[in-house]
Amino acid sequence: MYEFDWSSIPGALPYLWQGMQVSLQITFIAVIFGIVWGTILAMMRLSSFPVLSWFAAGYVNLFRAVPLVMVLLWFFLIIPHLLESLLGFPRGSDMRLGSAIAGFALFEAAYYSEIIRAGIQSVSKGQMAAASALGMTYGQSMRLVVLPQAFRNMVPLLLTQGIILFQDTSLVYVSALADFFGAAYKVGDRDGRLVELLLFAGAVYFVICFAASQLVRHYQKKLKTA
Amino acid sequence: MISIKNVSKHYGTFQVLTDCTTSVNKGEVIVVCGPSGSGKSTLIKCVNGLEPFQSGEIVVDEISVGDPKTNLSKLRSRVGMVFQNFELFPHMSIIENLSIAQVKVLGRSPDEARDKGSKLLDRVGLSAQAQKYPGQLSGGQQQRVAIARALAMDPICMLFDEPTSALDPEMVNEVLDVMTELAQEGMTMMCVTHEMGFARRVANRVIFMDQGKIVEDDSKDVFFDNPRSERAQQFLAKILHH
Repeated sequence: MYEFDWSSIPGALPYLWQGMQVSLQITFIAVIFGIVWGTILAMMRLSSFPVLSWFAAGYVNLFRAVPLVMVLLWFFLIIPHLLESLLGFPRGSDMRLGSAIAGFALFEAAYYSEIIRAGIQSVSKGQMAAASALGMTYGQSMRLVVLPQAFRNMVPLLLTQGIILFQDTSLVYVSALADFFGAAYKVGDRDGRLVELLLFAGAVYFVICFAASQLVRHYQKKLKTA
Repeated sequence: MISIKNVSKHYGTFQVLTDCTTSVNKGEVIVVCGPSGSGKSTLIKCVNGLEPFQSGEIVVDEISVGDPKTNLSKLRSRVGMVFQNFELFPHMSIIENLSIAQVKVLGRSPDEARDKGSKLLDRVGLSAQAQKYPGQLSGGQQQRVAIARALAMDPICMLFDEPTSALDPEMVNEVLDVMTELAQEGMTMMCVTHEMGFARRVANRVIFMDQGKIVEDDSKDVFFDNPRSERAQQFLAKILHH
C-alpha cells in the first residue's frame, strides 16, 4: 500500500507560485497576441484579395495540422539560433520564456482566427451595407459596427479557448521552463514525491479551469437574456 | 439629381439588370415596383454603389457612381438609404444609432450630433425611446428610427428598399406616414415598394420592372389607369384585387 506524504508541498509553495506566475504570464500574453493576430488573420481570410486570403488560409491550416508540442519545440530549438545569428543576440541568452510565448501566440492565433471568422460571418451582411450606406469606410464599418457585435457573440468561445490554452501551457516542460507543472514536477522529482506533487498540480489546474468555465457559463447565460 | 443610363448587371451568366435607363429629378418621388426577382432592389442598390454594375452609367448629383475614382463613401454619406430589415446597429442605443455616422463620417461634435438626432427622433415621434436599444422597439418603430438615422446625415435624396415588407400589417402605416410627410416636404425619393396606395398618393412617377428590365416608366396616373404593357396590367390586377 502506497503511503501518501504531502509534507514537501508547504515548503515548495513559493516556488510553485513562481511557476504559476509563469503559466499565467504565458497564457495572458498569448491570448492577447493570439486574438489580435487572429483578428487580422480572420479579416485577411475574408478579404477579397486572393493573396491575403490564401496566406491566411495556409497559415491556419498549417498550424491546425501540427501538434502544439512540435511548434513549441521548433520555437525552442530554432528561433533562438535565428535571433542569435540574424539580430546579433548574445549567445546562449535565455529565450525560453520568449520562445514559448511566441510559439503559443502564433499557434493559438490560428484557432482564434477561426473563431473570429465565424463571429464576423455571424453578423448579418445588412449591417455592413447599412454602415457603408451611411458613408462609413470599410475600416470604420468593421471597427464600429461589425467587430463589436462579432466579439460580443464570441466572448464565451474566446474565453474557453483561453482556458484550453492555460492547460496547454504545461507543455512548455519540453523546454525545461519552470511553469507551474514544470515546477511541481521538479519538486516531486527532487523529494521523491512525484505522485503527490502531480496529484496536487492536477487539483490546482482543475480548480482554476473549472471555476473559469463556470464564469464563462454564467456570462453566456447573461448574454442570452440580454 | 439621379440619372441611370443603360445600366446592366450580371452575376456570372445570370442577367440581373438589362439596359435600365431612367432618371429622378430634384423633389420627385419615384416608386419602383415589380414582381420579386425583377431586379428592383438591385437597381436601387446600384444607385449608391452598394451593388456594382458592369456597364452603363449612374450619375448622382453630377458624380458618377461607377467611376473607380469616385469616393463612394463620401457619396453615400449624402444619399440616405432605408433597408427592408431596418439594419439598426443592435449594440448601440437609439440615440447612438442616430449620431455615430454624423460624428465619424461628417465630423460633427458629439453634442451637435445628439441634438440633431433628438430633433429627428422627435419628428418621427420616438423621443421617448432615445436611450433604448433597437431590440426593445417594435418593427415599425425601428424602421422610423432607421429613416431618422438616414435623415440625420442631411441627405440630398433618399433611397427606400422595401421599407415596409418586413413589417406586421398594423405597423405599415406609421412608416408610410413618415415617408409621405417627407415627400410632401420636397425630399427627392426613390422607393422600391409594393404599397400601391402610397404610390397613388405620393409618387410622381412609377417604374415597373420585370426580369431585370424597366418595362414601364410613367406618370402615376398613366401607370394606374392605362398601363401600356400586358405584364404591368397583370401585375396590377393581381396586386390590387386580391
